[in-house]
Amino acid sequence: MAIKVVQRRPLSLAERTYLPQILAGLKVTWDNLRRPPVTLQYPDERPTIPQGYRGVPTLVRDPHGREKCVSCQLCEFVCPPKAIRITPGEISETAENTHVEKAPKEFEINMLRCIYCGLCQEVCPEEAIWLQSQYSMTGTSRESMVNNKARLYELGGTLPDSHYKWDKKKAEAEKQAGGHH
Amino acid sequence: MVTDNKPSLVTINVDGVEHQVAAGANLVDALAKIGKEVPHYCYHPKLPVAGNCRMCLVELGSPLRDRATNEVILENGKPKIGWQPKPAIACATNVSAGLHVRLESPTVKSCREGVTEMILLNHPLDCPICDQAGECKLQEFSAEYGRGYSRYLDEKNAKPKKTKLGPRVTLDDERCILCSRCVRFCNDIAKDPVLGFVNRGSYNTLTCFPGRELNNNYSLNTVDICPVGALTSTDFRFKMRVWFLKKTPSICTESSTGVNTTVWSREGKIYRITPRQNDAVNDTWMPDSGRELYKIVEEDNRLTSAIVKGTRTSLESALNVADAILHQGSLAIVGSGHLSVEEQFFLAQLAKRTGAKTYMPAHRGQNDGLLISEDRTPNFRGALVTGLTDRNADHDLKTLASDIEAGRVSSLLICREDVTRLGLSAAILTKVRTVVISTHADATTSAAEVVIPGLTVFERSGNFINCQFRLQSFAQAIPGPAGVLPDVMILARLAKSETTAVWKTLAEQNPVLASVAQGLISSEGIALDGSAWSHLSFCESKLLKFAPQPKA
Repeated sequence: MAIKVVQRRPLSLAERTYLPQILAGLKVTWDNLRRPPVTLQYPDERPTIPQGYRGVPTLVRDPHGREKCVSCQLCEFVCPPKAIRITPGEISETAENTHVEKAPKEFEINMLRCIYCGLCQEVCPEEAIWLQSQYSMTGTSRESMVNNKARLYELGGTLPDSHYKWDKKKAEAEKQAGGHH
Repeated sequence: MVTDNKPSLVTINVDGVEHQVAAGANLVDALAKIGKEVPHYCYHPKLPVAGNCRMCLVELGSPLRDRATNEVILENGKPKIGWQPKPAIACATNVSAGLHVRLESPTVKSCREGVTEMILLNHPLDCPICDQAGECKLQEFSAEYGRGYSRYLDEKNAKPKKTKLGPRVTLDDERCILCSRCVRFCNDIAKDPVLGFVNRGSYNTLTCFPGRELNNNYSLNTVDICPVGALTSTDFRFKMRVWFLKKTPSICTESSTGVNTTVWSREGKIYRITPRQNDAVNDTWMPDSGRELYKIVEEDNRLTSAIVKGTRTSLESALNVADAILHQGSLAIVGSGHLSVEEQFFLAQLAKRTGAKTYMPAHRGQNDGLLISEDRTPNFRGALVTGLTDRNADHDLKTLASDIEAGRVSSLLICREDVTRLGLSAAILTKVRTVVISTHADATTSAAEVVIPGLTVFERSGNFINCQFRLQSFAQAIPGPAGVLPDVMILARLAKSETTAVWKTLAEQNPVLASVAQGLISSEGIALDGSAWSHLSFCESKLLKFAPQPKA
């Protein structure tokens, strides 16, 4: 293929003086000088976290204080970096929520592995795992970066529940108690 | 004249396509063989047909014939098909020539959707906590034929959620879809009729007969065949979701029946053992006692390092000491029916090199008429085929004891046997230099000079020959303890042989194994010709798929 030589357009007078460009740049500087500062003095100042932010994954309780997770292990299955590790367990016969039957014995999320993708929250059939507004995880060892069950509930707290599925199930069973006849 | 006993084939027409299937076969099985799935819950190929779930409804038809001439009526040059006015269940239909089946018609689809909606009326849909999730037929067919939401306005029935049917089986009645597979299994296979249904309509409930419990040694098969999560194993309950588990084909070591099993493990930990179908050995069943054998892997007395004179040492130095002991003078070898064919082969090589006398201790129990035989070792026949022994198993080791007392034996190699229970006391063992290869610490290992750790059946691979002279392979499911070598490598080294030469040499030595090329053993196993040993009196009596040879 032949090489085609393109002639460079000669610069105009305004371009050669460079003054319009300098003035336009100074206008940007001047405009910003008059605006209020936007820099946050982190960590003394903290940003406001928008709705739907994907922070550190946490476990939550319903407003009655019931542990929502039933250790179905779907989050462990879906987790792309394999950050979640669950040891399933059975709820004791004497517990108030014994009708739920199953709860995690241990629940670990390795925050060194977590990529904050939110698939665990999306897949959870019980709405028990939520990526909330906590975004800053620090630690001094690998072990301290693994959130165990107690820590996950401490981070998660309580979220409102729109179903109370298990409470309804219990009420139905109690209504039918004493035989079907 | 038909000389082979293969079933004759007939032509059936499925959704307009003709297929050859075995005459008289059950329609569900016949269609499964040509790759067409008929959804079903209550039908099981090894149980009598009940036909109560109605999920396998299909449309059936056959070519119409003229009543006067008995000739097939043609329509546009093709036989005219008389379709039955209503759908029929495939599980209660046997294949006959000219049968026409519709699996994809709108009627069949609406039948399946109707049945699914009906079954789901009172089903709790607690898949997140249900152990069956992932291997649940109802879950699969609901995804295919369910409507995705419920039109049912009333409250679902509440039924007992945690009934203990027996020591090993827990029942969730809400999940039960009343297919009656478990009832039929108890009645017809286990011959222990304890299950039945009480109440009527949607209150129909599976329960044990009053004063009885599901405690026979085959009770966990009801858990395997339950198409939903109603019957669950108390041992496996809430332990792990099945989709995390790796399946490894294995052979049960409980007895010489050689029950085919699947070992389910995750990250080096075994969670459960279930039967693997082999119609020549165990159909689809296995005893409960065999399912608990995985617990030996994590027992406290597992041997994890070599021991010489009571001190832990490296495997290398222990093998050097063992080598010196085995070649120092007159050697006796106590083999085991728990060794694989390959391990027995190298043990036989060692016996041949050293001129050692070999013993095969017998382990006897009761025959249960189904899948547990008298011989409680999986591979006594292997010792015959490999030439490790040529006589019946030894009930005790008194001959060996008197040989030791008389000084005719100066060193002893024991494999996987606690000889202190067989008439060789620890005091006698101190009179000879003893090498033991074993998986668990016991009185024999504590009396031995050299102890070499071995691997359990779940941690190594190999072959067993069961009481039918059927060669069956087992594969490694989980890694063994760090630093422990497979027994076959240890024995090959002690026998100064090459591990790769096993099958070539065996096939050369033994015409029985000439047909067995390594790596070509199918999942069904290979039936060997055992007639060369018919003069021996084997202890096994009748089992589910085994009958002893009549004495000539």
